[in-house]
Formats: sequence, C-alpha cells, structure tokens
Amino acid sequence: MVKDPVCGMEVEPRQAAARREYRGQTFFFCSEDDASKFDAEPARYAPAIPSATTGVGADVPPRVRITLPVSPTSSSGGPALVQSLKALPGVSRARVNVRGGRVAVDYDPSQVTTADLVEAIRAAGFGVGGQTARLKVSGLYCAECVARIEDALKTVPGVIDATMNAATNVVKVEYAPASADLERLARAVESAGPYKAQRAAEASDSELDKEAQATEKEYRSLMRKWWFAAAVGVPTMILSYPWLFPGLRDLFPRGSDNLLYVWYAMGVASLAVLAYSGSQFFAGMWQGLKRRSANMHTLIAMGTGVAWLYSTVALVLPQLFPSEEFTDVYYDVTVVVTALVVLGLAIEIKAKGRTSEAIKKLIGLQAKSARVIRDGREVDLPVEEVLVNDIVVVRPGEKVPVDGQVIEGQSAVDESMITGESLPVSKKIGDEVIGATINKTGAFKFRATKVGKDTALANIIRLVQDAQGSKVPIQRIVDRVSAYFTPTVMILAILGFVIWYDFGPEPALSFALIVAVTTLIIACPCALGMATPMSLTTGIGLGAQNGILIRSGDALQAAERLNAVILDKTGTITHGKPALTDVVLVPGQDEAELLRLAASVERSSEHPLASAIVEGALARRLHLAEVDEFEAIPGHGVAAKVEGRRLLIGNARLMNREGVALGDLETRSQALADDGKTPMLAAIDGRAAGILAVADTVKDDSRAAIARMKKMGLEVVMMTGDNERTARAIARKVGIDRVMAEVLPQDKAFNVQKLQLEGKKVAMVGDGINDAPALAQADIGLAIGTGTDVAIEASDITLIKGSLTGVVTAMQISRATMRNVYQNLVGAFIYNTAGLPIALGILYPFLGILLSPLLAALAMSFSSVTVISNANRLKRFKPSVSA
Amino acid sequence: MSADKIFVTLGGLAAIALIVWFFWMVKRPGVKAGLSSSGYQEAMVLVKGGYTPDVIVVQRGKPVRLNFVRAESASCSEMVLFPDFNKSAKLPEGDTVPIELMPDRTGEFEFQCQMGMLRGKLIVE
Repeated sequence: MVKDPVCGMEVEPRQAAARREYRGQTFFFCSEDDASKFDAEPARYAPAIPSATTGVGADVPPRVRITLPVSPTSSSGGPALVQSLKALPGVSRARVNVRGGRVAVDYDPSQVTTADLVEAIRAAGFGVGGQTARLKVSGLYCAECVARIEDALKTVPGVIDATMNAATNVVKVEYAPASADLERLARAVESAGPYKAQRAAEASDSELDKEAQATEKEYRSLMRKWWFAAAVGVPTMILSYPWLFPGLRDLFPRGSDNLLYVWYAMGVASLAVLAYSGSQFFAGMWQGLKRRSANMHTLIAMGTGVAWLYSTVALVLPQLFPSEEFTDVYYDVTVVVTALVVLGLAIEIKAKGRTSEAIKKLIGLQAKSARVIRDGREVDLPVEEVLVNDIVVVRPGEKVPVDGQVIEGQSAVDESMITGESLPVSKKIGDEVIGATINKTGAFKFRATKVGKDTALANIIRLVQDAQGSKVPIQRIVDRVSAYFTPTVMILAILGFVIWYDFGPEPALSFALIVAVTTLIIACPCALGMATPMSLTTGIGLGAQNGILIRSGDALQAAERLNAVILDKTGTITHGKPALTDVVLVPGQDEAELLRLAASVERSSEHPLASAIVEGALARRLHLAEVDEFEAIPGHGVAAKVEGRRLLIGNARLMNREGVALGDLETRSQALADDGKTPMLAAIDGRAAGILAVADTVKDDSRAAIARMKKMGLEVVMMTGDNERTARAIARKVGIDRVMAEVLPQDKAFNVQKLQLEGKKVAMVGDGINDAPALAQADIGLAIGTGTDVAIEASDITLIKGSLTGVVTAMQISRATMRNVYQNLVGAFIYNTAGLPIALGILYPFLGILLSPLLAALAMSFSSVTVISNANRLKRFKPSVSA
Repeated sequence: MSADKIFVTLGGLAAIALIVWFFWMVKRPGVKAGLSSSGYQEAMVLVKGGYTPDVIVVQRGKPVRLNFVRAESASCSEMVLFPDFNKSAKLPEGDTVPIELMPDRTGEFEFQCQMGMLRGKLIVE
C-alpha cells in the first residue's frame, strides 16, 4: 500500500486511478482529480512525503542545529546540561550560554527529535522557554489531516510540541522562536497537504472579541424578548381594563362573551410571552431547584407563573370560585412584569460592560509586533516571539513591545498608560522601558528583559483581574444574608397570602394573590448581590488607570480606614540617590570652573558621591577635561592633575594633611552637614577653592503630597535609618512632625507595630525591597515601584509611579470606592427592607395603599440598574491635585 | 374560621415547611476531586444555572485544578470567584477554564459568580 500524496488515503498501486513520475519517484492516486491537482503543483505535494523511517522530509539535511532558550530551574550548571544532551544518540554538539539563556544543539533529526532534546534539558534542571503560536488551518478534508499536520510540524527543528483541535481547526504549536518562526511553521503545514495556514487571532484578542460578542448576543436576545413582551404587553394592558377606555367600555362590558374571548386570547398570548421572553426565568428556576437553591429567577418565574395559572384557572373553571368577582384575570401582570424585568436585564448588561472597561483597555494596550535584530538584520516579529536578551528597535511614534533596558539612543516615552504619569519620561542608555508605552521623540534600541507573561503589563493585568475577583470584607456579611434571602422572600409571600386570605377584605382571594405576587417580584436579591462587586471592579480598574495596583478588596476597605501613614525616607520621600545640591565658593573662584575641574577628577572615581558631582556638572552642560596622576586616598578623598592644575577633593582631614588653609569654609561645611548634606572640600593648587555639597534630594511632589495626607486627617510619620539630625532636616523640609530615626532595617516592622499599639490603623509606604516585613506588618503596605520592578508580592497596594502623590490618589480612590460600596449597600438594603413590607400591604390598613405588581416589577428592575449606574458614576472620579 | 381559611392556612404552613426543608435542611453530599497523573486534584465543573457539582471535596496540601465549562450565555455566570483564594476567572461560553488553587488549610470555602447568585463550596479536608 502507498499513500496518495494529495488526499493522503492508502492506495493499492495496481488499482490506482492514476500514476505520475516526479523527481525519480512514482506517485499513485486514488482519483483522477487528485492527479490533476498533483500536476498543477507537483512540488507542493511531492517533497512533503515523510520518509517512512524518520518521519522527516527528504530534503531536510541530516544534521540540524537549533537554538533553544533555557533557564536554570535548579542549581545545576551548564556542563551538566551539555552532558545530558550529548548522552542522547544523534547529538553531535551542544553548547550552552547560561547567562544568555540559550543552548545550541547540532543533532541528527533521524535519531532524535526536538521533544527528546527538551526532555533532556528539563531532566538536567533547566526550563525550556518555548513560545506558543496558534495557527488556523483551512483545507482539512479527512480525519487523518490532524495527525498529518501535527507530524509535519513536529519535524520542524525547534518545534517542541504541536496539538491540533479538530473542532476549531486551530493548531497550537510550542516552539523555540530562535530556531523556528511562524513562517516556517506555516510552510510546514502547507507542505503536508493542500492546506493553508495562517496565524490565528491571539488568545487575548479573541477572548476579548468573544466576550464582547457574547455580551452583544445576550443583549440582542434580551432586547428581542423585550420587544415581543412589550408588543403583547400594550394591548394586554389596555384590554385588561376596558372599562377605563370610553370606546372599549361598551364593546367589552363585564361578563360579556366579547370580554371572555379577549381573555382567552390574552391567555394564549401571555403564555407565549412566558415561554419566549420569560424562558430564562423558568430555566434558571429549574436549574436552581435541581441544586436546592433559589435565586432571582425563581422569584420572577414564580410571580409570573402564579399570576398566569390563577388567571387561567379562573377563566377555564370559574365554577371553582365562590363568586364572580374572583374570576378576574391577571394576564397583564404576567406580560408586563416579564417585559420590564427583561428590559432591566438588558440595560444591566450594557451598564456592566462599562464597569470592566478598564481591564479591556489594559489588554488592548499590548503591542502586536516588534522590530528585533536577528542575525544583524531588523525583522518584524509578532510580539510573542521576542525573547529575553533580544535587541529591539523602537522608532518615534511606535509602541515599546516588551520590557527592557535602553542600550542605544535616547528618547522621551509616554508612560501614562502604565504609570499614570502624564508627562513623557526621558530615556537614555541604561534606563528601563516598559512594554506598551509609546515612544515619542527619538529612536532607540533596547535589550528585552521581560517578555510574554512576565512583562509589567501582563503582571498588572493579572493583578487587576485577581483583585476584581476578590471581595470587600463587608461583602462577606452580605453573602451570608443573601443565601437566606430568596427562600425567605418566598416564605413571606406565602405568609402574606395566608394572612390576607384569612383576615383581609373581600374579595380576599384576589387581594391575597396580588400581595403574594407583588412580594415575589419586588424582592431584588440582584441589587444586594451586585452592590459591592460592581463598585469594587470599577474602583480597582480606576486605580490601574492611575498607576495604582490595589491587590484586593480587603486592601481597599482597610485603606479607607487609615489614620496614620509611615513613610520610608530613602527612595520614598527622597529620590534615593545623591545629587549635587550646593556649591560654596571662596571669593575669586568661578562656580562653573570649579565644578568643571572637580567633575573631571571625580569622573575617574568610583565613589557614589562622585557620580553626583559628575552628573551635576553634565546637567549644567560643562565639558569635562582629561585627568592625569589620579590618586584615591582612602578615608580622605582624591587628588589629581587637570589641565596642569593640581586638584584636591575630600574631607577636612585631607586638607589638613596637604596643608591647605580652610578659613571660614570649615564652619560653612559644618552648617551644610547640619542640613543633612555631605560637604566635600575642594582645593586648587594648594589653596582652598570651595565646597561641593551632595545630598539625597527630596522628590518634587513629596511636600505637596504630605500636606494633602495631613489634610485628609492622616498622621504622617517618617522612618529612616539615618541619624536624628539628617532625618530632622529632611522632615522639616517636607513638613513632617514625627520622625523615627536610626531605625535598623530589621526593626522597621517593630516600629510599625509600636504605632499600631497606639490604636492606629497604619499604612507603611516603602520601596518594597528592604522593608517587606514592615509592609506586611502594617495594616496596608504600599510599595513604591519604579517602572517594571513592581514589588507586588510584599504589598497590598503598589504604586507604579515612584511618587508620593500616588499614595494620596490611592487613598482617594479607596475612599471614593468604599463610599460607593456603602451607598449601593444602603440603597439595596433600604430598597429591599422597605419594598417588602409595602408589597405585603403593611400600608393598607392605614393609608389604603396596596402596591401593584407592575410597579413592583418596575422598581425591581430599576433598583439593580441604579446599583450599576452608581458604580459607573465612580469612573468619573478624578484624583484631586490641589492640597 | 371557615373551612377554606383553615385549609389555606394549613396549606401555607405546609408550603413554608417545605421551603425550609428543601432549601436549608438538606445537606448535599460533595463530589471528591480525583487525583490526576499530573499530581493535581482535578474536577470538572459545569456552569449552567448553577455549578455542577457545587460541593467539591479536596484534600489539604495538594494542588487543586478545577476545570470550569460554561454552557450558557446568561451574563450572570460569566465570572467565577474564589474570594478566599483571591482568584477569579472569566468563563467564555464553551471554553474550559482551569483554576488552580493550593488548599493549605482545612475548612469550607465558597466559590460563586460575581453577584453571588450561583454558589458552590470547596471543602478542604
């Protein structure tokens, strides 16, 4: 038996319908049709036949080299990896670049497959960073196609696994992007038969689309149901009360045959409404009953069902009732209640879609493609194929595809979508860039550091999704209530019926029925159930748009009740790195000149304070000179020759040692030190020239942010490891009264606890690196991140933008959200506790008011729409900028 | 009191007793999650008007994977939440969505849809 190369079916050569010679091979076909297809494109079908022994196409060279991205999962090193790879038959060479995270393997594909290599790599304690692509394949015609396509893909070097879903015609390929690419995968599929392959829509995109489509479908279906119910509802309403309309009054007098016929017609029409427009209520009730639970559907289905049944019995078997006044029909209740509730559901769906807009926006931010340098050429790749350590090129106006570090060029990048910072941020060599931000002015190249699901954006999306699914603690109480709510309402309805029947006015049965139906319909477990989740989803989404990641509902509720904030000094209030702050001159010296010379010397020094001086000089656009005879004197400072002049930079001890007279510089230096700065004395050619003072500077907005925290009624405390004097100096500058100075890193959590023992709810703000225990100890830990380093694990709230303004915004958002939650809860609670007694007729003995079931339906639909609208109102929140 | 009133009263009380018994009194037995070859305790959960099964029993300390399949379009059930584990997932209609959890303490943990209309329980033993 041989295979027909076109359709893939087995053919007995002697019985073949046709045969062809091509490239020295003979092919047999099961039909003339296949043969003519083969004639048209022989090259397409012929080389694809895998050899029987190896499963590899004839034109694949026997030796293949692939590069796989690897990452160590245990402590075993590169040599172990090479050994385990070489132990495989058919592997001739393996080289590992552990730091670059790649392994290159030369192997014979007839003896070993990529999957075997991957197995060996995993066994050696390394992970293989495969990428996943989804290809949509068309042209499948037989059941074996699936296996054939999978096999064809697996023979492509670099493909780790391929699985095809025959139902969707999408094949999921796991592959090493360094060796294989999408184009090659598509070609492999197409060479396996008459298939066409193209990249399937990305999972995230299609999910979004699918979701939007599903919502839209649901909305349209509800609207159709509403129009049908409304179309039946209007005539039903009119004909239910013909005596109210002058023309109809005479046509359908009470007790006439005409009226009876109309009632029959309404009975049939309203049954149609129940069966079509109200179908989901009955289906929902049935599903619930199967698991012994009751929900909104149960109530609506029972309310409308009871009204219809009663009316129909009264119509068909009026003799069952004691007098004629009981035999009124309530078809209008059935139809109008169904119509109104369905309309309410439709509006609800539209409004709910807006609630989760924030996350949709975030997912939509993701870049689609990247320009990567591979083999010295710029190639456009889908963003999923970008690997760690790839060099990515970004031109002005383009999106930064993944996270990374700039290695060439400079630009300004708009990071507002991630950090909430509205001004573009300037980027130079060494700076971090975040995926999904937009490059504004210049072109640059960067090295990818985080790709795929590790990027800041992916982390943010995951975090926001999880947080939106969490609960505000208060919701747990609501949950306990709502588990009992629906059955309780049913019991109330029965009680109402019995009481009205036993003690109510005549006609007791009619009143009892109306009361029971109204009670069932007015209760709205939905409003109660949606009150907090809707606000929470909106509030957390709102945070994400402002660069604030709130981890859970618990964090949100706790943040609202704070009364003290501890701020870590370094990196939180201040920038966390020294900068040049003062230049003090001896008369006769020029500031620019002294700074230029000093910076030229310090450029050769590795001291952290030295770089502050160099950066200070560069910021003033000074051109630095060449330096000779550079000498670092430990514990004193540095000495060097610049442009023939001898410079000394260091402390007073250096000046004394070199015999430099300091004059009043000594006292001025002391004054600078008192201010929390580090003074460095400078001398030129043996004479004192001035002082360069360096200090960790306060962030621009710290003072304003702290003032606003105080205004919000929070006690602001600064915590630092610095000495009391320096700490006080900074605290004065930013307006903080209470300082915890000289706190060792390991004592930070203890100091948080001290404040908590004063009976305060404490927030701790830090960079999340060395103060993780303190962040965990605090009622709320806020981590100030910078760019891609989101310290999510340690904190309850993460501020992507490294400024204190975010702390204020975070608290404003949590307060606004919690206020919204309370509004919704109180609204839903009042509605249900007030609505139920009124529906039960508690006002009747006093005021003669009895609620109509129609009004109840209107109120019920309105209440859940109100809850959602109120939650959507939260989206208009803007962080207030002024103090 | 006339006969019909007595009849209605007794009937009403009987109906109330039925509701109390039907919804609150009967404890439903849970479904034990099976241990799969990957080391997860796995269970499929059908989402259609509710969760089937809605009580899932797992063992403490072993990872759990619950595969949700939503077979309806009502928007109410489009999310499933595990508030005690801070986990949630969107359930596109027809897709199998796995949720992985690590039950590290015993007890009963509820899972539910976003509005809390559909509920289920994860019992960790």
